[in-house]
Amino acid sequence: MSTLVLVLLTGIGLGALYFLVASGLSLIYGLMHVLNFAHGAFLTLGAFMGFEVARRLDSTSWWAFAVSILVGGLVGAGVAALTELALIRPLYERHIEQVLVTVGLAFAAVALYEGIWGSDPIYIQAPAWMRETTGVLGAQVPNTYWVLMAAATALLISLVVFLRYTRFGTIIRAGVENRAMVTALGIDVRTAFLLVFAIGGSAAGVGGVLAAHYTGYVSAHLGSTLLIFAFIVTVIGGLGSLPGAAIASVMVAVLQQFANYYMGGTGDIIVVVALAGVLLVRPSGLLGRRFA
Amino acid sequence: MTAAVAAARRIPVPLVVGVGLVILMACLPLLNISVPGVLPTPTYQPGTLALLSLAMIFAALALSYNMLLGTAGMLSFGHALYFGAGAYGLGIGLENLGVPLWPGVIVALVGGLVIAFVTGAVSMRVSGIPFAMVTLAFAQAGSVLVRRNSSVTGGEEGLSLNTDGVPDLLVGVVNTRNLYWATLAVLVVVYLVAVWVDRSRLGHLARATRENELRVKVLGLEPARARLLVFVIAALCASLVGVAYMLLQSGTVPRSVSADLTITVLVIVVLGGVGYRWGAIVGGVVYTILDQRLTVLAGSDMIESLPSVLRVPLSEPLFILGALFILVVMFLPGGIAGTVDSWVRRRRAGSAHGEPEMSDDAPAGRIEGAEQVLETAGQESRS
Repeated sequence: MSTLVLVLLTGIGLGALYFLVASGLSLIYGLMHVLNFAHGAFLTLGAFMGFEVARRLDSTSWWAFAVSILVGGLVGAGVAALTELALIRPLYERHIEQVLVTVGLAFAAVALYEGIWGSDPIYIQAPAWMRETTGVLGAQVPNTYWVLMAAATALLISLVVFLRYTRFGTIIRAGVENRAMVTALGIDVRTAFLLVFAIGGSAAGVGGVLAAHYTGYVSAHLGSTLLIFAFIVTVIGGLGSLPGAAIASVMVAVLQQFANYYMGGTGDIIVVVALAGVLLVRPSGLLGRRFA
Repeated sequence: MTAAVAAARRIPVPLVVGVGLVILMACLPLLNISVPGVLPTPTYQPGTLALLSLAMIFAALALSYNMLLGTAGMLSFGHALYFGAGAYGLGIGLENLGVPLWPGVIVALVGGLVIAFVTGAVSMRVSGIPFAMVTLAFAQAGSVLVRRNSSVTGGEEGLSLNTDGVPDLLVGVVNTRNLYWATLAVLVVVYLVAVWVDRSRLGHLARATRENELRVKVLGLEPARARLLVFVIAALCASLVGVAYMLLQSGTVPRSVSADLTITVLVIVVLGGVGYRWGAIVGGVVYTILDQRLTVLAGSDMIESLPSVLRVPLSEPLFILGALFILVVMFLPGGIAGTVDSWVRRRRAGSAHGEPEMSDDAPAGRIEGAEQVLETAGQESRS
């Protein structure tokens, strides 16, 4: 019983991490039809910057942890906004080229990170509480997972509130439904593009800092691995659907953890099989073509 | 009729150039040519032959990828899976089944074919960008399988070739020359397959589908089947290249199945020019030599003496290649071949106001070209 609870809760925690990455990807794809391969690079940069900041402060204090999260989010948002302005915007409506540019960026960024921080993982320190576990129904769940869940829940709630109750949120939702109509009404959707990129980037940056605490280290390839699972999650959830991404994140991660534990570490394969299954039954994903 | 005459007049030139190049490449191991700064040693020595063989491997892989991206317009991130299937298939066949080389090659190719058919059929449930994501996921699963099952694949360490069943002519550094010729043969085979695909009805149909799938369906043709067929043929070519790679390197590492390799091939194809067969070859050669030279440059004293702001980026060859790739996508959309091709066209258009040339090698990216292709495909199916 306690094992079951542990596997389930760690699955949900991992799902929370996937959601931090997948939410941005899904929003960007939904609005702009851009598949952002550089999303993993934003995440890794957030992780490295968070690590650098925490290292300069007292990395075992809560205060440094909070600052590193903030810095990760800001750096992610900044670099994502820059990418949109410099690389995506000039290739407006040329989707394949836009993908290629983000591929090139990811390629170059990983090499640059290796040049700066080396190719070996850098082990990081965290507040003492994060290293401990909390007992739930007999299962000792590492506290990092609770932080991940809290962050993902906060992100989901703030995104839903933002999309539903603000003017920009309305424009973004309308843009996902029918971008031509929004443009025809005289609204400049490019601001919305920039905003969506910045939001996605900041979620990825925060996700990077938390992913570093989840794995215990930062490395130049931190983002690439997570990105692939985030892709799977967005396809299963339905491209452009935020609730779909949330549901699929948790489903995929829980499935992965269960398979890893009970089926001898086959989690990654099971996830791909699940992807194939979903595609065969519902090519548009669980909640495809609908939005928050 | 005029088209036929024009075709008869036009075909020989690329044919002559192509055959000439192949003969020249075939003679290189017998000649003593030094190209300082580009090739590490004179052409008859193993160092240069190995580099050129690797360049030809990448060129052939890029050619097979160009069938997907250039002809059928499918952006796949899983092409390395089939390359890896060829390489690992041969390695596992020789090691675990204990068969000689040729049955081993067949095992590898059949393995690649089956994997390509299954994954291709599933990924084609979606198209466009989701297709890219799904193929990436399959390649990732393959990569995980290879890393996990270390008793069969050697895991992270990689799999080295068991040379018991391989003829002595193809083993060892002294026989680099023979491996070089074998690789050249593979490149020629893949090129001929690419030409055949582009000129066959299948290729016409795939191009038409790329331009307007709905119209192809309305004409009563089956775009899905054409796409899958092109996908499987391209994958089979990739498996063949993987086999050649395994023989050449006497081993393989998990990277040969990973998305990294697919992205490398994508970079090569885009650098060379999407849709141009010779562009893929030029891209492969330029990429391999550039990668090798930049690595040498990265370790040079000149770079070491620079301030760290410049030194760190310049000492990472992949950073330079990535940046170069971004610049090509943004400012040189046709890549090397596209730029040269449009330059030649402009020269021709300036000198003689003849009929508009539709080079066989050019992508039918323009609307008129696509329409024409579509008509041809439709007529052929009706007749």
